[in-house]
Amino acid sequence: MAIESLKCKECGASYPLDARFVCEQCFGPLEVAYDYSGLDPAEARRKIQAGSRGIWRYSDFLPFEGRPGDPLEPGLTPLIRADRLAERLGLGELWIKNDAANPTHSFKDRVVAVAVAKAKELGFETVACASTGNLANAVAAHSSAAGLDSYVFVPADLEEQKLLATGIYGTNLVGIRGTYDDVNRLCTELSQTRPWAFVNVNLRPYYSEGSKTLAFETIEQLGWKLPDRVVAPIASGSMFTKVAKGMRDWIELGLVDGGLPTFCGAQALGCSPVATAFAEGWDVCKPERSPETIAKSLAIGDPADGPYALELARRTGGLIESVTDDEIRDGIRLLAETTGVFTETAGGVTVGVLAKLAAAGEIGSDERVVAFITGEGLKTLDAARETFRMHEIEPTLDAFEQGLGAAEVSA
Amino acid sequence: MSVTVKIPAQLRAATGGEGELEVEGSTVGEALDAVFDQHDGLRERITQDGDLRRFVNVYVSGEDIRFQDGLDTPVSSGDEVTILPAVAGG
Repeated sequence: MAIESLKCKECGASYPLDARFVCEQCFGPLEVAYDYSGLDPAEARRKIQAGSRGIWRYSDFLPFEGRPGDPLEPGLTPLIRADRLAERLGLGELWIKNDAANPTHSFKDRVVAVAVAKAKELGFETVACASTGNLANAVAAHSSAAGLDSYVFVPADLEEQKLLATGIYGTNLVGIRGTYDDVNRLCTELSQTRPWAFVNVNLRPYYSEGSKTLAFETIEQLGWKLPDRVVAPIASGSMFTKVAKGMRDWIELGLVDGGLPTFCGAQALGCSPVATAFAEGWDVCKPERSPETIAKSLAIGDPADGPYALELARRTGGLIESVTDDEIRDGIRLLAETTGVFTETAGGVTVGVLAKLAAAGEIGSDERVVAFITGEGLKTLDAARETFRMHEIEPTLDAFEQGLGAAEVSA
Repeated sequence: MSVTVKIPAQLRAATGGEGELEVEGSTVGEALDAVFDQHDGLRERITQDGDLRRFVNVYVSGEDIRFQDGLDTPVSSGDEVTILPAVAGG
């Protein structure tokens, strides 16, 4: 389908399809505008089903003139029916979308694949980003696969696994002595002085479109059906709002029947500007100056899409909740024990909030619920520490009997 | 106080291409007013009814003014007041 222009979300002003992200009239965020006139929904569904085995099957709904390619094509991640977890939480129908099963093990592969393909289309030679970890990892990998240079900027105190998993691709890894918001500010300033494609700054309108593929896949994998409720983590709010946009676009275009699901957002208590604003009834967030949480991937104190995330949750009758670090660890454990999926702390936040909502009776037992698991447990291994004990014994039958034979296995 | 106000790329059309302006003021609000007085059209792009629009971030020496006193945040001679779009990141 044709991409038409960039358009301001606040005042509607139009701009050409180049590397820009801010309205010059009102400073609002820019979004890609498509021309879907003449789209036949049945034909569109056929094309998708005959398409690539990853996100490029949805390229008619992504911001490209031509057909993008990417050796690291992400997507078509497992949508797992989580009956044991549903039973544990007293829910009827629960699905886990496991985006850890992407090339660099987080949903960021989707947005980065789109951004890197767009960067190439626009003639950039260097890709960059401000990141809480997963984005840097994805940018480093996809840039290397595409033969482009990259600079990734992260808080210097990020989890070691994320730093190692990023540096290995030969990127320029820059650790900032500060919070993610400091990193973000620096990258916004740098984007004005370097001819680089900052995927989440000057390419953000294109980058963010990649999150719609989470919605498309979920709908396709449910058999061209919509969930009744979505539970997803909120860092900047971009993924939360773009998943809704993907669903809304397909409803309007007739690719799927039904109404927009209830959108529930999940944050960590130690950095919960959106959850706080939701509870207080504010339209904008009060930024968190010093985030303190094990969920470092969600530690964005000044979320760029905060107002839109609030509006989405309220409009769909949803909620935005937060959980403590202990509840996050419990969430990781619960998901692993009931589904065999080991997620990182952001996933623990999502499961923790899902459990909290279920316990509070917020979710109907007849609802079809989809929870988005956005990252991999191996990248935040500290959260798994002290959650179980290993039995260490000599290699004899006696040692086993004495060690484990009679006694209960400790949790 | 003589302070430097850094103008983001998206607003430089309104400042004749200038990225850095030297102005006088004892608070962030006063420094911005001085900038607006010099360049027509800038005020309504980033403010509405006297307040900063919601997607505008302003920093004094790297610190967000929302963590200080907003537009009443005092500035000292030589400080840098930086205006940036808030819609990046994530």
